[in-house]
Parts: sequence; structure tokens; C-alpha cells
Amino acid sequence: MNLQEFLTIFISSVFIYNVILSRFLGLCSFIAISKETKPALAMSGAVMFVIVMSSVITWFVYRFLLMPLELTYLRTISFILVIATSVQLVEMVIRKTNPQMYRAFGIYLPLITVNCAVLGVAVLNIDMFFINGKAVAGSFYYSLFQGICVGIGYTLAMLLMSGIRERLEFCKVPESFKEFPLAFIIAAILSLSFMGFNGFKF
Amino acid sequence: MKKLFQEFIKGIIRENPTFVLALGLCPTLAVSVSVSNGIGMGIAATFVLLGSSMIISLIKKFIPDKVRIPCYIVVIATFVTIAELCMKAYSPVLDRALGIYVPLIVVNCMVLGRAEAFACKNSVAASFFDGLGMGVGFTLALLLISAIRELLGTGKIFGHTLIGSFEPVFVFAGPPGALLVIGLLLGFFNYLKRRKA
Repeated sequence: MNLQEFLTIFISSVFIYNVILSRFLGLCSFIAISKETKPALAMSGAVMFVIVMSSVITWFVYRFLLMPLELTYLRTISFILVIATSVQLVEMVIRKTNPQMYRAFGIYLPLITVNCAVLGVAVLNIDMFFINGKAVAGSFYYSLFQGICVGIGYTLAMLLMSGIRERLEFCKVPESFKEFPLAFIIAAILSLSFMGFNGFKF
Repeated sequence: MKKLFQEFIKGIIRENPTFVLALGLCPTLAVSVSVSNGIGMGIAATFVLLGSSMIISLIKKFIPDKVRIPCYIVVIATFVTIAELCMKAYSPVLDRALGIYVPLIVVNCMVLGRAEAFACKNSVAASFFDGLGMGVGFTLALLLISAIRELLGTGKIFGHTLIGSFEPVFVFAGPPGALLVIGLLLGFFNYLKRRKA
């Protein structure tokens, strides 16, 4: 475990392999909720929280439950169950403690369960930090940090996209390209500019 | 019989999951680098869709309404695990190429969407044909996107060179190409729909 490793994780998961623009995880929410900056930011916060929480929990589940019992092939099922349960838990806590925020999120909170970014990061952590059935030294901290960085990458992409789309509201676009097609083309241009980060090599 | 055929045929063009319903786009974009990857992903997703649609329509009466989504997800995850293990055993090369996108079929909105919108209300046979139609529609869409991307990005199809003196446009093999191709295709299909109406 060293500082350089953390820096590598940061640069690669925020810029080079940005969750949305390069790995295409969480694309549905990215296209659907990026029309205005405010909801986009709120969504990013919620997704980031769930990603960090689920990467911690799934690490424990994998390391102390699935690995000792040799049930690693049940990874997908157990992870999605853990994620669904924790999202439900978060939903209940928010509803009790902060009803205003709960109303602001609306349908999007339960939908985080099926946000591929959450499960994607959990699976990615296992693929990257468990080599040959053994945990890499410091894998817990790496998983936690990767969760945070992916969340930052998601927020960055959301912020850029919603800023652009807010301005596009006042532009005249071809009828057939309104909404989704145009959003994808903007995302393509954003992704093109993120490709420039590929030059970073460690 | 005619009704069942209708359920099958609607997923291919009229309610194509990718171009019309815009569902399950994450794997579509990520794996469409080459045609063989696209077909592999399409078959895996079709298998999961078929299996989960049938099982869910079989047990729809026993599932309490409040916990139906977790139940659906468990059924789907079971089929994804089967697909994952089969792919690891019989086609390790494809498994490595698709990587994390195979377990991610669990959270593919197309699969859950069909469970919620169709399988929980219809008979087993109808669900089977609906799943098959959607799966075929998804595979065809993947085929179209990956063929465009592989041809422009590498100048090849299935690894065979088609165009001799052609400088490949590397961008199309990368992430921006995927987004651009799907954006233009969605726009094109919108245009066709509007012209028809």
C-alpha cells in the first residue's frame, strides 16, 4: 500500500476510465437526469454515497463470507442483494430523518439499485484487488478509495453534461435529434475530450 | 398462435429495446467494439431474458406485490450466474473480452423492464415469445452497432479485412465512437418514425 497506488487509482477512475464516459456505467441516469444542474448534483451525491457504502459492504461480504465458504461464484447474486438492501435502508433513513430530501429524490433513490455503476464498482474492486483468490495487501483501502473516486468521476461527468444541456435548451436543434440522440452526441464529444487523459501513464 | 407470433415480432422492430425503448444501453455501448463480442453479449442477454421471463410468469402468483422487485432481481441474478459460469467454461476468450459486463446483465434495465412490464401479467408462452423477440431485437441492434464500429474502427468484420486501402478511424473503436454511433442511429430512427407519422 503506497501513495502512488492511490494516485493511480484517482487519475484512472476519475479521468482515464471515467465511469460514464469510458466505462458506460450508470448511463441511464446520466442521460435521464442531466437536464438541469441541481437534480444532477443531488443524484450524483446519492449515487456516490451508495457506491462508497456498497464497495465497503461488498468487500466484507466477499472477504469474510464468500471466500472462506468457497462460494465466490455466488458473487453476482449476493452483491446485488446486498446493494438492494442497503439502498432500501438508506431510503428508510432519509425518509425518517429528512423528508424534504426524500421528496426531492423521488423515484430516483430506489432506482439507484439498478444503476450499473454501483454493481460495476463492486465487481471491479473484486477483479482488481483480489488476485488469484487472495486479497492484495491494503485491498480494503483501495476498494474504499476506488469507490470514492468513481463517485467523483460520476459527479464530474454529470456536472459537465448538465451544464451543457442547460445551455442547449435555448438552441434550435433538428426535430429528430431532440432529447436522447443529441444527449448521446454531446456525451460522445465529452468522451472524446476525456480520451486526451489516456496520455497519462504511470 | 398468431398472437404469440405478434409478441415475438414486436420486439424486433416496432418495440426494439435499444432503438425504440432505449433500454439496456450500457452493455450495448461497452461491448460493441467487435461483431463477435456483440453477438456473444446478445446471446447471453437473450438467454437471461428468456429464462427470467418464463420463471417470473410461472411464479407471479406467489410473489407479494411489495417485494416483487427484489424477487425479480434474484431470479435474474440466478440466470446471469448460469450464463456467466457457462461462458467461463466454454468460451473463456469471450468471457475475458466482455469482462464485468457479463455480471452487469443483472442490472440491465431491459431484463427487469420486461419482467415488470410483461412477464408479471402474461402467460408463460406469451412471456417466452416476448423474451425471445426482445432478445433477438437486442442482438440485432448490437450487431448493427458493432458492425459499424468494427468496420470504421479497424476496417475489419469478424477479424477479416473488408476494405483494403482504408485508414481505420480509431475513435470508432473507442468509447466516443460508441456514443456517436448510437446517437446518430437513434436520431436516424427518430427521423424514420416521424416521416412515417
